[in-house]
Amino acid sequence: MPITHRQFVSYIDRTRNYYEAQGYGRPYAWARNTDVPFTRPEKPLSESRVGLVTTASLWRDQKVVSGVLRGDKQVYSAAVAPLPERLFTDDLSWDKESTHTDDVPSFLPVPQLEACAATGRIGSLAERFHGVPTDYSQRQTIEVDAPEVVRRLHEDQVDVALLVPL
Amino acid sequence: MSLVARAVEAAGIPTVVVGSARDIVEECGVPRFLFTDFPLGNPCGVPYDRGMQAEIVGLALDLVETAPVPRTTVQSPAVWNASDESWRARYARVDDSNRDSLRRAGEARRANQAAGGS
Repeated sequence: MPITHRQFVSYIDRTRNYYEAQGYGRPYAWARNTDVPFTRPEKPLSESRVGLVTTASLWRDQKVVSGVLRGDKQVYSAAVAPLPERLFTDDLSWDKESTHTDDVPSFLPVPQLEACAATGRIGSLAERFHGVPTDYSQRQTIEVDAPEVVRRLHEDQVDVALLVPL
Repeated sequence: MSLVARAVEAAGIPTVVVGSARDIVEECGVPRFLFTDFPLGNPCGVPYDRGMQAEIVGLALDLVETAPVPRTTVQSPAVWNASDESWRARYARVDDSNRDSLRRAGEARRANQAAGGS
């Protein structure tokens, strides 16, 4: 069917209008960069360890390998096995009317990557995944959270990182 | 998360972002981006659709191997719901049904903040 507008949703436009409707005059300034870093893989995926990073967080009763619990807005790490049956996502901005986050692999692809490891598509999946808060402050992300995720991925000796924001 | 991907990549670890907020990720600029054109919340596939979820992760891994330059975006061919695209208009919508309540909610929040609340 022919169209008059692009079909994929502009969340920058949508969010700006939404907060404007609430009377907030100054729109959020999203990160924009012209230069983008690029690192080529050093080895085949079949020999690579893959790390996972999510924006979801843990519930209070869930075990943290390293870091703190939900609501504390800090980087945490938790074991991929056993896969948590649920993760805390209520504080994140996703489409709560159109879908749900009851199925963890729909946003944290642990079983999919375990299957890839079993078939040899990847070397292995790192034993823990990492959670990073979606902070309003880009400075907080750049200066505190991102370096902490980098440190933990190095600690896990991952060769490739898969990052899945909700 | 796009900022985190940039930092991880700059530290020498190749990254791929799997996400559904195309404009936010692309404006920030990431090395490799698998775009899944879904409502926000399930970037790795429709809940409980194991076949689709496996396919999407496979595409993300392919992208690690094949992206020739930074800012490589690939759109997954997976479709959320071929017969109903009403989700596109839903997230953070502003229309006659909620315009007044959004304005009042904003006013109430600012009044609360001015009074020392959070």
